[in-house]
Amino acid sequence: MKISEIASLLNAEVLCGNGELDREVKSACGCDMMSDVLAFVKEQAVLITGLCNPQVVRTAQMMDMVCIVFVRGKRPPKEVVELAEKADIVVLATNERMYVACGMLYQSGLSGGGVVNG
Amino acid sequence: MADCVRLRYVIDGENFTSAGEASVKVKRSLRQMGFSPEVIRKVSVAMYEGEINMVIHARGGVATVDVYEDRIVIVLEDEGPGIPDIPLAMQAGYSTAPDNIRSLGFGAGMGLPNMKKYTDDMKIESVVGKGTTITMTVNV
Ligand SMILES: Nc1ncnc2c1ncn2[C@@H]1O[C@H](COP(=O)(O)OP(=O)(O)OP(=O)(O)O)[C@@H](O)[C@H]1O
Ligand SMILES: [Mg+2]
Repeated sequence: MKISEIASLLNAEVLCGNGELDREVKSACGCDMMSDVLAFVKEQAVLITGLCNPQVVRTAQMMDMVCIVFVRGKRPPKEVVELAEKADIVVLATNERMYVACGMLYQSGLSGGGVVNG
Repeated sequence: MADCVRLRYVIDGENFTSAGEASVKVKRSLRQMGFSPEVIRKVSVAMYEGEINMVIHARGGVATVDVYEDRIVIVLEDEGPGIPDIPLAMQAGYSTAPDNIRSLGFGAGMGLPNMKKYTDDMKIESVVGKGTTITMTVNV
């Protein structure tokens, strides 16, 4: 699934990375606990989260994730978006709640990816 | 110590906002040195977990990363409270993190298990009241 499709499915605003919406995403992780995200290895993944601090970006960066979706209408502070931009990560913001956002993407064919304890 | 590049960072324990910056720098350096994405990810995730732990549990510390051709050794040293029961701390889900840390996205009790999982060797030395030193090796 392309990042642009994620943005349109979730009716999301693009906060940075407008030029990279054609990038392909292969799996997703919906999580507010960063160590749970870090336990999850998958290529070209998107992180869906309700947290808005710099560690969200650094966590995604450590895992080579390509996109972060902030749910529940949260808008991360400017510094957080700048950090993502520097790390080459696309940032989207949607008003959908976590459960709904994940459900919509899953239903549209974006799988969860690997098993955590693989 | 032949052919070793040493990276060293002081981890600020007072400032949660900057927690993880050293790991980002290490990741960038390893990429410049040409290591594979998989090796880089293992090193940076393990170090990131350890760096966050030093900030939230131990008031900061020092991180040293020694890069050899065939392995990368990460040493995290702090003068925090120490870990009284290491096997317990290593258990997935065990955490003493308070609610304010949980609301920042940490405290799942998965950091130490992740560090073990992503590295080829991990050793924890800890003295209660003195501090903790964690040494992790990733083979290239
Ligand atoms: N450097 C340290 N100094 C003192 N105690 C530590 C240190 N690192 C870990 N601990 C103790 O070990 C516990 C488990 O650590 P671990 O990293 O696995 O989980 P966590 O940090 O609580 O949560 P998570 O890593 O999932 O965000 C911590 O809650 C803390 O009590
Ligand atoms: Mg931890």
